[in-house]
Amino acid sequence: MKRERLMQWLRSPRLWVAALALVAMVLLPLWVSEYVLGVLTIAYYFGVFAMSWDLLFGYAGEVNFGPTFLIGIGAYVSGMLNIYTSVPMVLCIAAGAVAAVIAGVLLALPALRLRGAYFGLVTLVSVLILQTVIVLFASYTGGEIGFSVPSILSIDSGVNYYYALAFMVVSGMVLLAVARSPMGLILQATGQDPLGAQALGFNVTKHKLAAFCLSALFSGLAGALTIFYLGSVSVNTVVDLAVTVQIIIAAVLGGRRTIVGGALGAIFLIVAAEYLRPIGELSNLVVAAFALIVLLFIPDGFLGLFPRREARS
Amino acid sequence: MTLLLQVLVDGFVIGALYGLGAAGFTIIFGVSGVLNLAHGGVMVVAAMVAWMVAGGILHASLLTGVVCGVAAGMVTAYATYYLVVRPAQRSRRIPDEEREIFILTATLLLGIVIQEGIAYLFTSNPVTVPPLVSGVVHVFGVRTPTNELLIGVISWVVLGLLWLFVNRTRQGKAVLAASINPHGLAMLGFELPQIHRLVWGLYGLLGGVAGVLLATFEGASSGLVGGLTASAFIIVVLGGLGSVPGSLVAAYVIGFMETVTAYLISPAIRTLPGMVLLLLILYVRPQGLLGRR
Repeated sequence: MKRERLMQWLRSPRLWVAALALVAMVLLPLWVSEYVLGVLTIAYYFGVFAMSWDLLFGYAGEVNFGPTFLIGIGAYVSGMLNIYTSVPMVLCIAAGAVAAVIAGVLLALPALRLRGAYFGLVTLVSVLILQTVIVLFASYTGGEIGFSVPSILSIDSGVNYYYALAFMVVSGMVLLAVARSPMGLILQATGQDPLGAQALGFNVTKHKLAAFCLSALFSGLAGALTIFYLGSVSVNTVVDLAVTVQIIIAAVLGGRRTIVGGALGAIFLIVAAEYLRPIGELSNLVVAAFALIVLLFIPDGFLGLFPRREARS
Repeated sequence: MTLLLQVLVDGFVIGALYGLGAAGFTIIFGVSGVLNLAHGGVMVVAAMVAWMVAGGILHASLLTGVVCGVAAGMVTAYATYYLVVRPAQRSRRIPDEEREIFILTATLLLGIVIQEGIAYLFTSNPVTVPPLVSGVVHVFGVRTPTNELLIGVISWVVLGLLWLFVNRTRQGKAVLAASINPHGLAMLGFELPQIHRLVWGLYGLLGGVAGVLLATFEGASSGLVGGLTASAFIIVVLGGLGSVPGSLVAAYVIGFMETVTAYLISPAIRTLPGMVLLLLILYVRPQGLLGRR
């Protein structure tokens, strides 16, 4: 029986597509220029933002307009530790992740009481408050402009690329494992009918809290890693609502409730932005309009274009 | 003392303007259950068209500009409804339980499209529509531009007309009924699609007037789209979703808090106290100040 399931798993085309894509991504640095690697590095970190967001939006059904609240806290806490103390970089990143998880719990508290749009507003406001606070304490945080961090992950673009790739793959696998586990199913049930899920005896509070912590952990880690890759932290790169919108676009384009779709959408989005560079300011408009059309006409995103295996079972 | 009066006068005008902008937003929610996150887009499009016609490009009369601006607000509202909201409401590919978050996300994206479109066509520099009237008057010894007072007065006149429409006309009463029990209304033989059309037009009108007035007062730019949406959203939730009187109370609470903060502490953090208040209120009273559940 077990052997049969293993064989079935090995025969699934999705696994082979994923494996091929992974091999291609690992071998990529052999062919492409450092510039392309730089673009993809950013795209991979962005993919983790989008995948973490998908866990809350796609599975728990929470309209989270504040992923950058979590990302921003992770980035700023680790960045400020790095610049004001002599704590090693690894610990700074860990501290950023812990701070993001605490922020995630803070964000989850209203989510336990509020539904839909009310919660959406709370998350939106949390980002605006964070942004105002950063600007208010400009003498410590650098205000809108931000500051440079002394430490850096690596100066070699190939090494940076592998860090980002490994981080995205590991995060994606953990998030996917959670989403496919019973916990993911309970989250989906909670998102679609909280009362029903509760009546079936599931501890809604516990599962929601866990989802927020997990999403916050990866958001915060990705935020911290991004700034140590870029070597600087600023409102525009990790806090601004425009970043939130980009994350939403990436997750929706790739396909919600798939986790992998977030990474796919993020890579597509960042690469498309490079190609759209010649049309300048118009590129944001084109991307948003494209995402709007996808949302309305192919609500399941790119991955929705392929038949889903779970649909049958 | 002068400072207090200054705050009172400014707060009155800003509160009225916020109330006008939020009234349409809350009516739309009450009747069709849609939170339009492209709301700031409606206001800024109205402001930009008014500026284009009356000031910057066509040099037509101010009245023409105002009328064109308000009309543009209505066109934007209808475009939002027919191109984004209705397709999302009707799409069979979107599961019912996810419809609400899809509409939120779709209107958010539309807001970005409008913002970027305006930034591309008119640059992101702020524009100012010429004031409706010039000169200053002294209110309780506070020097106030006549235009500012006129804005407050116009806002209240429009809100008064809205009240008359909803409570005294047959169509208005139908709108009110639709927000309470749409199925009952449909059973009485009213056409719901017709009411939705009416409500979205009304929304465009209110948003358009608010946008044009804002442009004569503080100016408008593409960068305001997100902030205006957020402030309307905050006011409407603070007042209680779907309650117009609640929105007006909340608009004044926010208007005065922002003015006091701007005068006493710093204009840079004027929105902060209102946002903190919102979070506190949502924790204690999730249905808002005057909301029904």
